[in-house]
Amino acid sequence: MIRALAAQIFARAVTVFARLLTGVRPDWRGCLPESRQRVYFANHASHGDFVLIWTVLPPALRRITRPVAGADYWAKGAMRRFIGERVFRAVLIDRVAVEHTRDPLAVMGESLAAGDSLIIFPEGTRNTTEAPLLSFRSGLYHLARAWPGVEFVPVWIDNISRVMPKGELLPIPLLCSVTFGTPLVLRTDEGKDEFLERARDALLALAPGKRRDA
Amino acid sequence: MSPQAQTVTLFAGIVGALTLASAVGFVLARRAANGPNPAVENLNARVKAWWVMVLVIGAAFSLGKGGVVVLFAFASFAALREFITLTPTRRGDHWALAASFFVVLPIQYALIWAAWYGLYSIFIPVYAFLLLPIVAAIRGDTTRFLDRVAEVQWGLMVSVFCVSHVPALMTLDIPGYEGRHLLLIAFLVLVVQSSDVLQYVWGKLFGRHKIAPNLSPSKTVEGFLGGVASATLLGGALWWLTPFSPWQAALMALMINLMGFLGGLVMSAIKRDRGVKDWGRMIEGHGGMLDRLDSVVFAAPVFFHLTRFFFTA
Repeated sequence: MIRALAAQIFARAVTVFARLLTGVRPDWRGCLPESRQRVYFANHASHGDFVLIWTVLPPALRRITRPVAGADYWAKGAMRRFIGERVFRAVLIDRVAVEHTRDPLAVMGESLAAGDSLIIFPEGTRNTTEAPLLSFRSGLYHLARAWPGVEFVPVWIDNISRVMPKGELLPIPLLCSVTFGTPLVLRTDEGKDEFLERARDALLALAPGKRRDA
Repeated sequence: MSPQAQTVTLFAGIVGALTLASAVGFVLARRAANGPNPAVENLNARVKAWWVMVLVIGAAFSLGKGGVVVLFAFASFAALREFITLTPTRRGDHWALAASFFVVLPIQYALIWAAWYGLYSIFIPVYAFLLLPIVAAIRGDTTRFLDRVAEVQWGLMVSVFCVSHVPALMTLDIPGYEGRHLLLIAFLVLVVQSSDVLQYVWGKLFGRHKIAPNLSPSKTVEGFLGGVASATLLGGALWWLTPFSPWQAALMALMINLMGFLGGLVMSAIKRDRGVKDWGRMIEGHGGMLDRLDSVVFAAPVFFHLTRFFFTA
């Protein structure tokens, strides 16, 4: 009871803080904020990424949307566990294949079967290179094949990497934006590489200035 | 009139002007026969945002000195955030930027609050100017080093130093003007903003010849002349708010309007170079905080120093 209340207050504080710092605004360019079951897949440059998506989602959608995060980071320590499990209701997966105690796809599948939407970062790790987007891991394709009724929405998060670069402790205030693109559905005859390529292009197309030099 | 009565008269006048603007916008929207007209919609969005801005400024004024200092500190914060967002900084600037937002900005406004003229007038031009490149150098990234430190310094000068000279008007010791400093701020803000609005109106109605096509395609000779002339007359007519005589108030207003216009050109040049139309999206119909403040930024320090030189004890 008290923990649930604390989690709610913490969640509220996080969104208020994110707004104060980044003035973040959603741009629903390719779809509307409707309560359909979705997998939001986004570029990953900072720990603040899913916080921004989470902040701009309307509260009704926020309640049914869970970020997928690495268990190696979020299961460590009581504070991180509280934030990960209680505040953001993160779906924790093992990122390193050899340490898999449970198949990440099965873990995400459970959450989708329960009717939740997911936020995933198909690059698999934070992008600290100069390239706008790393190549995608194959999980996105396997999810799309297993869950044909779910919409896969590309989400471009802009500027958060400058707010809090990897390794820095103190965030600085800069304007950020979150752009939602047109949902993708796996085509019947579409192969893995083809789908991942299409998904990556759809995400890159949302980047301001169309930085397609990657 | 007592200062309170003057403040009430002033705000009643502003509310009257805004009511008129809203009514005109309503009629124009009704008369737009072929569906919604983007120009009219933008006009109405601007008027609506003006209502909000007047309410916020009015609330800050009613809280007195503290309210005004905090209001402009937040305006500086929003302006600096917009400026740095459009500046190509690197990871090596992180500490210098954090210091700009979390150390330099609060200190500048604390000095204004403390009315320490000797320090707030040199704190950013001297101490931040020396400190921030040191912080950036310690990080060891030399790529575009001079560009980066110069741009961060410029952002601080424009967004924090210049903007802070509006609340700094409260620190001036003007004989016979005790307890009325908020009205001096109201005079500056009203003249600058009405100049922007009147240039826009004159330009929309009579604008033919572009005055600076490379910088700002919407500014015209007709808008400039009509706007500056009418805002100067308005400033003269508002002399009763100020320690100035009517012709002094008109001259001050003329200087404010010219600096404001030129400041708008400078800020447009930066936006052009960065490839954007507006600094941000904070204020519906207007763009960002800096789009609203660009003329204040250039007018405020000059107005401050002229007033200080000629009118303080």
